[in-house]
Amino acid sequence: MLELPALGWQSIVIFVVFALSLLIATYCTYAERVIAAFLQDRVGPDRAGPYGLLQPLADAVKMFTKEEFFPGGANKALFIFGPCLAMITALMSSAVIPFGNNMSFGNNAFFLQGIEVNIGMLWVFGVVSLGVYGVMIGGWASNNKFSLLGAIRAASQNISYELAMGMALIAVLMMSGTLSLREITLQQSAPGEWAMWNIVRQPLGFIIFLVCAFAETNRTPFDLPECETELVGGYHTEYSSMKLGLYLFAEYINIFVASAVMSVLYFGGFNFPFQYELRDWFVNSQSWELASAQNLITLLGTVGLFLKIFAFIFFFMWIRWTLPRFRYDQLMRLGWTILIPLAVFNILLTGGLILAGVIQ
Amino acid sequence: MSPLFLFLSFVALLSALGVVFAKNPVHSVLFLILTFFSLSGHYLLLNAQFLAAVNIIVYAGAIMVLFLFVIMFLNLNVDTEPHKPALAKIAAAVAGGSLLLILVAALKDVHPVGVTGTAFNSQIGMVDQLGLKLYTDFLLPFELASVLFLVAMVGAVMLGKREVGERNF
Amino acid sequence: MQLTNRAKKLEKKPMTLAERAYLPAIFQGLSITMRHFFMKKATVRYPEEVRPFAPIFRGLHVLKRDEQGRERCTACGLCAVACPAEAITMVAGERKKGEEGLYREEKYAISYEINMLRCIFCGLCEEACPKAAVYLQPDKIAPPRYERDEFIYGKDRLVEPVSPDARSVRGIQLTADQADTLRARLA
Repeated sequence: MLELPALGWQSIVIFVVFALSLLIATYCTYAERVIAAFLQDRVGPDRAGPYGLLQPLADAVKMFTKEEFFPGGANKALFIFGPCLAMITALMSSAVIPFGNNMSFGNNAFFLQGIEVNIGMLWVFGVVSLGVYGVMIGGWASNNKFSLLGAIRAASQNISYELAMGMALIAVLMMSGTLSLREITLQQSAPGEWAMWNIVRQPLGFIIFLVCAFAETNRTPFDLPECETELVGGYHTEYSSMKLGLYLFAEYINIFVASAVMSVLYFGGFNFPFQYELRDWFVNSQSWELASAQNLITLLGTVGLFLKIFAFIFFFMWIRWTLPRFRYDQLMRLGWTILIPLAVFNILLTGGLILAGVIQ
Repeated sequence: MSPLFLFLSFVALLSALGVVFAKNPVHSVLFLILTFFSLSGHYLLLNAQFLAAVNIIVYAGAIMVLFLFVIMFLNLNVDTEPHKPALAKIAAAVAGGSLLLILVAALKDVHPVGVTGTAFNSQIGMVDQLGLKLYTDFLLPFELASVLFLVAMVGAVMLGKREVGERNF
Repeated sequence: MQLTNRAKKLEKKPMTLAERAYLPAIFQGLSITMRHFFMKKATVRYPEEVRPFAPIFRGLHVLKRDEQGRERCTACGLCAVACPAEAITMVAGERKKGEEGLYREEKYAISYEINMLRCIFCGLCEEACPKAAVYLQPDKIAPPRYERDEFIYGKDRLVEPVSPDARSVRGIQLTADQADTLRARLA
């Protein structure tokens, strides 16, 4: 066994989380195309590799070898900075997500989480709110009216839906009393009782959060910033080559992070039903050590969390090929006159239930 | 002074100067965002994580987006800028200069009191400590401010509501 | 003004709460797309899988030879007359001495061209032919090409090859089945 200090283990975890986000985003492009094909009774990409599994690689090669194009009159520095910013903010947000409980090897114990901070939820929220800058700067620097319109739509849409999202979140925080994502996850489990996921106690909040997550990641039915029927390509009209690739990639990483956050907040994170019973069974009937049984449960929990995340990613794509795009005024009306009052109502309801002692 | 503090201060000052000296208003806004980031870094050094995150969410994430939004709409360029008379420029320089003078004069002899390295509570910036302070010592101003925000939000929702008989499409 | 009695009277009722909440309709749509997810796919993986041709399919033309490997076409021009798209042109010539093994009739086509861009694959040439020389193959479609002149098929690509394995570079590519049947017939 390698003798690494705790920080060393943690840096390995950070590297793995970083690589996993990229890998999952890569295969999201493939999944998107296959799911789109299946929902439309087609077979989808199957030329590159077995079942088309090398398709993302082929796409990447295509992206890299395309011409780097700079539109006339564009602000070149910001034109390059835009997609970089989109990618950076997308990658930053997965740092605080607890992908698993703690592992221990001898004296070394570490969390399966990039960094554990006590303001984890605020970190995600802050980074997500910065994500719109990549879109705005890129759209403005393109010197194209369609790009600018896309950028402006992205800005107003993100600000509007951030409000409702934050208020849906407040209801969860009122119950948990902490901003740490790890704490929130741990609170959603107790020995002998497994129906403790927040979705049971916050169904309305979850629906609001889900809708807002769609709007924040610019996915259909809220993909107005890149609405090709009205705005050619939206904010990335003028982008080509890997700069376009970075924008598309950032979108998939955002989907991954949004799915992870929803799984952690509402679906118990790395908890799964009967985990304590399973651990006790290993300890009592199979005479395992407690630590190794706990490690196994942690690994199973990580697998479970990723299954939840993949289910959410599938849901994102499923929705994309089911619902048509909202009109812009409908989008704004939904955000301001329906979701925000609902979220306020949800806060009041949660507060009332906590006061009445129905939920703690 | 830690090297991190020096670096953050350097970035903060440089980007603050960039806000003033940038010819392009969009660049100014971006420099201002960078300034907010370095300020958040300072908050983190002070162990005020909640303040740092909220500073980024509220200022960098929401208010500056609106700034950028408006500036993009206005399409401010050097040639569309109205010519200002020389008197206005001189007056602005004098006013700004005297403000700087007053600030320097007022702050040059300041010694922070009540904070010593040993007695300092390192948990003072944590969110629960902050919440306790807000809900006990500063309850009334805090509640008044939240009522103000609630009124503003209800107003925004009311503005967005479709009026009777209005049918856009 | 009422034109027919079939017009359906639509009554514009205010939407119910379920309709205004969107969610039931969204779940309905999701269930529809999920049903399609598990349905049989409407498309095939083309080069590996080909759809069966209809028994009456008319594809690329072929100029047949008789049992002794002689060209059947006598350049009578009936196919060109019958062609509604005017896709067929030919030049007739007289058979020389010693060419009896090549052409069945005394008159034969020196050149015979079909423009596949004009052709509508109606099969009237096949019906008009008195010598049963021109056939539209039931399992071969005209392949796509890059240049227009490549669509004008001359005798080099139309006439059935003498030996089943000899194929001109751009000529008719016999499938394995066709080669086998031709080989059996020649044997």
